[in-house]
This record gives sequence, C-alpha cells and structure tokens, in this order.
Amino acid sequence: MSDRIGARFAQTAREGRAALVTFVTAGDPDHETSLEILRALPGAGADVIELGMPFTDPMADGPAIQAAGLRALAGGETLVKTLDLVRAFREQDQATPLVLMGYYNPIYVHGVQRFLQEAKEAGADGLIVVDLPPEEDEELCLPALEAGLAFIRLATPTTDDARLPMVLKNTAGFVYYVSIAGITGAATPDFTVVAEAVARLKRHTTLPVAVGFGVKTPEHAAAIAAGADGVVVGSALVDAVRSSLDGQGRATEKTVAAVTDLVAALAAGVRRARAAA
Amino acid sequence: MTAQPQPNSFRTGPDERGRFGIYGGRFVAETLMPLILQLEAEYRSAKDDPAFQAEMGSYRTHYIGRPSPLYFAERLTEHLGGAKVYLKREELNHTGSHKVNNVLGQILLARRMGKKRIIAETGAGSHGVATATLCARFGLQCVVYMGAVDVARQAPNVFRMKMLGAEVVPVESGSRTLKDALNEALRDWVSNVHDTFYCIGTVAGPHPYPEMVRDFQSVIGEETRAQMLEAEGRLPDSLFACVGGGSNAIGLFHPFLDDTDVAIYGVEAAGFGLSGLNAASIAGGAPGILHGNRTYLLMDKDGQIEEGHSISAGLDYPGVGPEHAWLNDIGRVKYLSATDDEAVNAFQVLTKLEGIIPALESAHAIAKVLELAPGLPKDHLMVVNLSGRGDKDVPQIAERLGTKL
Ligand SMILES: Cc1ncc(COP(=O)(O)O)c(C=O)c1O
Repeated sequence: MSDRIGARFAQTAREGRAALVTFVTAGDPDHETSLEILRALPGAGADVIELGMPFTDPMADGPAIQAAGLRALAGGETLVKTLDLVRAFREQDQATPLVLMGYYNPIYVHGVQRFLQEAKEAGADGLIVVDLPPEEDEELCLPALEAGLAFIRLATPTTDDARLPMVLKNTAGFVYYVSIAGITGAATPDFTVVAEAVARLKRHTTLPVAVGFGVKTPEHAAAIAAGADGVVVGSALVDAVRSSLDGQGRATEKTVAAVTDLVAALAAGVRRARAAA
Repeated sequence: MTAQPQPNSFRTGPDERGRFGIYGGRFVAETLMPLILQLEAEYRSAKDDPAFQAEMGSYRTHYIGRPSPLYFAERLTEHLGGAKVYLKREELNHTGSHKVNNVLGQILLARRMGKKRIIAETGAGSHGVATATLCARFGLQCVVYMGAVDVARQAPNVFRMKMLGAEVVPVESGSRTLKDALNEALRDWVSNVHDTFYCIGTVAGPHPYPEMVRDFQSVIGEETRAQMLEAEGRLPDSLFACVGGGSNAIGLFHPFLDDTDVAIYGVEAAGFGLSGLNAASIAGGAPGILHGNRTYLLMDKDGQIEEGHSISAGLDYPGVGPEHAWLNDIGRVKYLSATDDEAVNAFQVLTKLEGIIPALESAHAIAKVLELAPGLPKDHLMVVNLSGRGDKDVPQIAERLGTKL
C-alpha cells in the first residue's frame, strides 16, 4: 500500500513543522465547487485533506459542520458522488493524503466491503468514523486495515491511560487528538492542557499526533503546532464557505478563494510556530 | 420472515457487548465511551444493591403511586363484542405516563453517581415532564431538549416543565423533532461530561441504556402478570402496546417473553399510512446505525435518516429500540401499525366509553384492539398498555376536530 499519510508526516517532520490538516465537507456548497476547493487545497498549504461525508445526524459536530452537511445533502451529494470527488482529486494529485471522515450509517447502508473497495480504488488513504469506538472494531476498523486503508482513531480528554492502549491498538496513519470534550467548532481549547495531552499520547505511540476541534485562527494553529505533529481545522473552513455564499446559498466567485485564503493564513501560522520558538 | 433457531430464553439479552442479535451495541464517539462504561458498571452494582432497590420501591409506592391498576374495560369490551379487554393504567402514574418509571431509576442512579446536572430529550413532553419532576424533587439542575416543532404542538407540557424549574431548549437543527433533540442532548453530554447525567427517555441509545430503561420499565409487565393471575387465575392471551422508541412496550412485554402462549403485539405509528409519511421503523425501515445503536431506521437508500411522521409527537422517532428489532426478526413479537386517523378515532372511542382520555401515543395501541378484539372469543384475555393520559393532546385533538378552544 502506498503510504501517503506516513510519507507526508515524515516530510513535514523533516521540514521541522507540523502538518496542516484541512477538513471540508464533500458537496458543500455544491459538488462542482467542492471539487474546485479540494483541488485548490494543497496549493494553498494543506498537507493532509479530510473530506467530510455528509450525514443528516452528525452527533459530534457543532452548528457549522452540521450546516455544511445539510447544504451538501440539499445539493444532492451522496456517498457515491463523494467517492467520485476523491477519484477526480486523485487524478491530479498523487501525493496529498486524503482521509474520508464521517459517520457509520451511510457506510453500513452502502455495504462495508463495497465501500472499502471503492474508497481504496478512488484513492482515499484512510477513514475517520466518529461513532465507531474500539469496542466496535469488527464493524469497519479491522476490515479497513485489511483493505489497506488507515483507520484513524480519535483520542479525547476522557480517554484515560487505562483506555489509551485500546484506542491506539488498531489505529493507523495518525492519531487524532480531540482537544476538548465537546463538539466541533465550539470551545477554544486550553493550549497548555493540549500540549500536555499530546506529550502523554506520544509516550504511548510512535504515530504522528494531530490535534483538532476548536482551532479557528492562524494563532490557534500556531499554538497547537508548537507541540503536535498536525493541526486540524474544519469548522472555520466550512464557515468560510458559508460566508461566501449568495442570498440563495449558492457558491459565488469568492467561494474557493474564501477557503484557500484562510488555508494559506493557517499554513503560515503552522510554519511560524516552531520558527518562532 | 426467515425461520431462525429459537433461543432457550427470550429474556437473556443483551450480551456483554450490548447486542440483541445484530442489534444494539455502542456506536458512540470516543469522548462518551468511558462514560458509558462507567454508567454500565454503576448500573450493575445498583441493580444488585438491595438498598438501591428498596429506595426505588419506596418511591414507586409513595411518589409514583404504584402499582398501577389493571382495569377491566367493561363497556369497551361490550362494545367490541369479543375479547375481554384490560387496560394497564400507566396514565395514573404521577406525571401522567409510564415515563416516570424509567426516570425514577435513572435519577436515583445519577444521585448515586454524584451527578448534579440532568439532561433529557423529549418528543411529546411526557419524558421531559417526568424528568423535570424528579429533578425538582431531588433539587437537581434539569435541561430538556425538545424539537422546535414539538415545542409548538405540545405547549401544555412545555409550560409544565418550566414550572417545574427545567430549562427547555427548543432544537432548531435538522428536522426539529425528537431525533434532533436526541442529537442535541448527545452534543450537550459530550460537552459537559464531568457533571452531567443523560437521562434517555426510551429503550434507545448506546448500551447500557436499552437494557437499563427496559429493566426500569419492566415493573409494568411484572405487575400485570400478578394482577392478571389474581383477576383471572391465568396469564393473558395477548398484549398490546404502542411503540415509539419502545419503552412502554418492552416494559409490558419483557416479563412475558418466555410465556410463548402469550401473543405480543407492538403498534407503530403509520402516520398518513405505510405508503405515505409514517413513523413505522420496523414496517418501513431497514437496519442501520443511529444514536449509539444498530436498529431498524427510516432512511433513504444512501443511509440518510428520514423524518418520521405521526400525529403523535411521542411516536415520530425514525428508529426503534434494538431489542424490538431483534424480537421482530426472531418472530417473538409481531409489529403492527396504526394510522393517525385510526389513533384519533380510538382516542374518542375510549374517552366516550370508559371516561378515560388516553395519550395519542397509547391510542395507537387501542386502535389495534378496536380492530382485533371483535374477531376473538369472549374468553380471550387482552391487555393494552395505557401508557399515558391525553390531557396534553386535547388542544391538538380540538384543532383536528375543528373546535376552537
Ligand atoms: C404516553 C406515551 N406513550 C408512549 C410514548 C412512546 O415512547 P415509548 O415507545 O418509549 O414508550 C410516549 C413518548 O413520548 C408517550 O408520551
């Protein structure tokens, strides 16, 4: 299996910086614009892409990502179309890792084996499925690893030392540390606490540790990037999409730039973090 | 239905992973996983603690007013001319529905765990009112999530909750009904893990909720068993209950599951009819994963959840408790459905004949009794769970019947 995720984190480590991991929702605000955004992300400074698979009931997401998912669904986005996006992205970019992120039901209904095969063929590198804790590894995690897709797990402030080995056991690619006990896009984390948590995680794993939830500005990104291997930004980017839409909720000529401008600023923040230190 | 090997007992589930066959489980974000494990451990120890059981028993007697009567509905029986119909009078409980049985158990558990802040979701408001009531009784902070659509159609209950000191949060996300209230409650729980106890109102959610809520509601069936033996010297021939998430139904059914001569019927909400908008997850849905468990769900072919429709705000959940999904597949319980029109008719029939105004939810179960009892012999003993009283639904019925209040 081509290890785009490992290669990318190795590269950013060599460059002495954290990776910028960007989350956008597939099909938001519409399928075509979403492909344009996706294709523009690496050039703007995204090192790893998380592509959200929209779901009607995203229980771990705050208002921004909920709304992005509903925009995409209203525009007719489906799991099949999301995989088309991955394929179209991969035709032009062989190097940037792309991770599909979402909830289990659409995958389960599509059929686990069929989904894994199609996602792999389309050029996805990994999966983040929020509602599958290690207790449910047989559902998707183990089949995904078998199919050559990384299963990236979330570790959270409630994951104690006793539980951590279980959470890390079948994790591949990187570990996603959720900076707050909460939903996406809500509170801004306490950066000192996050730094301690990252240090604790790194005592338990050799995988890169990326931190997300509540990272909104280049300053936040820089604060996290000082200690983590990756910084994940999501709600702020989908909010940038929303702000760029016209009165009917349609994309405008500003939409792609709204996202890439913010990504560029965040990328600068990430690069500044350790240069300053 | 495919013939499956029948288990020795229908009452042993769930397994240690929280599964009833393929249904159930723990499909939650990692943040909640440690809390759910802790809740399970705490529940197991409380279940085996005589002091906990004694405390619950005492509140059941003196605060809720249990046991609830098993009432022979004589005029309804005469009117139907067939089976002998008994009503299990859960509407006489304090707060007016079966929901309080479960809330009492969970609130005592929350106290045992030292949690001071209680959150709940509600559809019709029955569970919200029960939760607000026990929080008032024990001086706990209470936040109730309720879909904005339901806030509008269940105004009397909203006001009751507020009087009881609860904060009612209208949920504007998604379809703005019960499923969205559940999403919002889960989001609150993830964000307030340190001090908050999530009091789920039905046999849904991640393990151990479906098991725990069932256990707290099983008092309905246990009493019914003893009361029927006392009244008739034998067990009933059939049981009927409405199914939203399925808590009043499983509470009545569970103690009878191994009495295979007892025919058991759950009644889902068929809304405008099974070919139109409805909330019959078993009849019209397929297995999927939502709110922490695998069960039958109303959804499109892409796995996106669809809104349930029912005249009854307590039944329009697009899923059903996982144990019901299993009982359906295995054939132990038969799931029927009743339309909005059938429920409204049953609501009026019971009110006029027995002087009992049922909740619109319960009226769905009564609708099937009206349909089936006439064709059964006079010695057929039928029990229908009257899960709640209908005061909360009076404004809605008035509007439907064209009366301005
Ligand atoms: C009176 C009454 N009966 C039944 C229900 C449906 O819930 P369940 O299926 O969990 O009993 C409700 C829900 O609000 C209710 O208020």
